[in-house]
Amino acid sequence: MNEKNVIICRCEDVTLRDVIDAIRSGITDMESLKRKLQFGTGPCQGKTCIPLVEKVLARELGKKIGESGKITSRPPESPVPFGIFESSGEEK
Amino acid sequence: MKSKDVVIIGAGITGLSVAYYLSRNGVRNIAVIDKSFPGSGSTGRCGTGIRQQFTTREHIVLMRESVKLWREWETSLPLSVHFRQGGYLWLLETEKEVSNFEKYVKLQNLFGVESRIIDKYEAKQIVPDLDIESIAGASWCPTDGNAYPFDTVEALKLALKNYGTEINAFEEVVGIETRGGAVKSVITNKETYSTNLVIDAAGFGARKIAKMAGIDLPLKLYRHQIAVSEPVKVFLEPMIVKGELYFTQTYRGRIIGGTDLNEPETESLQSTERFLEKYATELLSVMPVLSSLNVMRQWAGFYVVSPDHHPILGGTPVSGFLVATGFSGHGFMLGPVIGKLMAMYVLHGIMYLPEANNLGLDRFKKGKLIEEKAVIG
Repeated sequence: MNEKNVIICRCEDVTLRDVIDAIRSGITDMESLKRKLQFGTGPCQGKTCIPLVEKVLARELGKKIGESGKITSRPPESPVPFGIFESSGEEK
Repeated sequence: MKSKDVVIIGAGITGLSVAYYLSRNGVRNIAVIDKSFPGSGSTGRCGTGIRQQFTTREHIVLMRESVKLWREWETSLPLSVHFRQGGYLWLLETEKEVSNFEKYVKLQNLFGVESRIIDKYEAKQIVPDLDIESIAGASWCPTDGNAYPFDTVEALKLALKNYGTEINAFEEVVGIETRGGAVKSVITNKETYSTNLVIDAAGFGARKIAKMAGIDLPLKLYRHQIAVSEPVKVFLEPMIVKGELYFTQTYRGRIIGGTDLNEPETESLQSTERFLEKYATELLSVMPVLSSLNVMRQWAGFYVVSPDHHPILGGTPVSGFLVATGFSGHGFMLGPVIGKLMAMYVLHGIMYLPEANNLGLDRFKKGKLIEEKAVIG
């Protein structure tokens, strides 16, 4: 398997190779990995990539999933148009 | 027990920047300590903006210098911080506001910041998607801009790594020992550092850290929220400000911005729907074209606010315990200049910008407060 061809984060175009390289460069917690590679910051809100990175990180460090920190999930659950939240003049 | 020349508490932009300028000037036996990961506090939560349009000499001069250093960082740090001088376009609703801002612009020009008042048609030329119907004019500074917080942290981390300066993440300071009114050691949950010099750059934890050394910092925490949109092709380079609203687009294509809910002090970092409603309403009144753009994520961070909305810099009654905090929502933009000021203060015992001498902790005792009128979001 060529790790360069395995896409971990489709929104931000992060490969398995990128994740492994970052971990081996010494970044060993989920939050710092996210900030380095910026996976989980696209429109899918990390629903695909975060569990995958957690698994790779656990495997690389020989730890259990979740032992190296969790990423805070932010609202909204899925992207919503700004227009939905606009309040009309009368409601004020 | 480790012996360190300097212990910096907090690995946000302030602490990392101080460590960077100390390292660059030959001080390498430093420990930067953070209870979480670098950039985990206000730095990683900030709105990215970098502006010089302030209303006091202290802020204007410090920010003019900081913009100069941001430009240097973009070329001299080992990674790009994505500093972009897209300008700040400050929309003004009434003629009275315009005449107030004319005074601010005069002061800014006096200290070398090239801001100017423009009419609404020129504002529309700068940002064609603006709704200018309710606008009387704008204050425009083309050399203001923004940078990317995560990239800035990564760039500083790598620079420090190259110098061999250690950053100890996930390590919490639990005590500071003093003897005879001077700092002696810093105790963490993992290590004891013997040192004569501690710099409190702990952002929203700065007050708690100072208390460990017996110093009371007059700081309050206010929650402020931000939202980002899904990425779209970059079309907006300036930061737009109107009243409490501010927004721009990052180089990664997201519209990022916030507004103020005028909440009382809080220790909560919960994000709220009320924020999103107010933000979306204000945003769409300025730029209706964004109505169908998806909001992707929202979060909250703290403004660490001093009584006069200016930083607290330099020495304290405890010898060897220095502070760099109280940025009142401007810590990210001030990051480079604060790092250089504090490092030069450590090395030479003076603030190299005389304006910074007005920002000592003793000003609150002496009653020499400075008033800043331009705090946004």
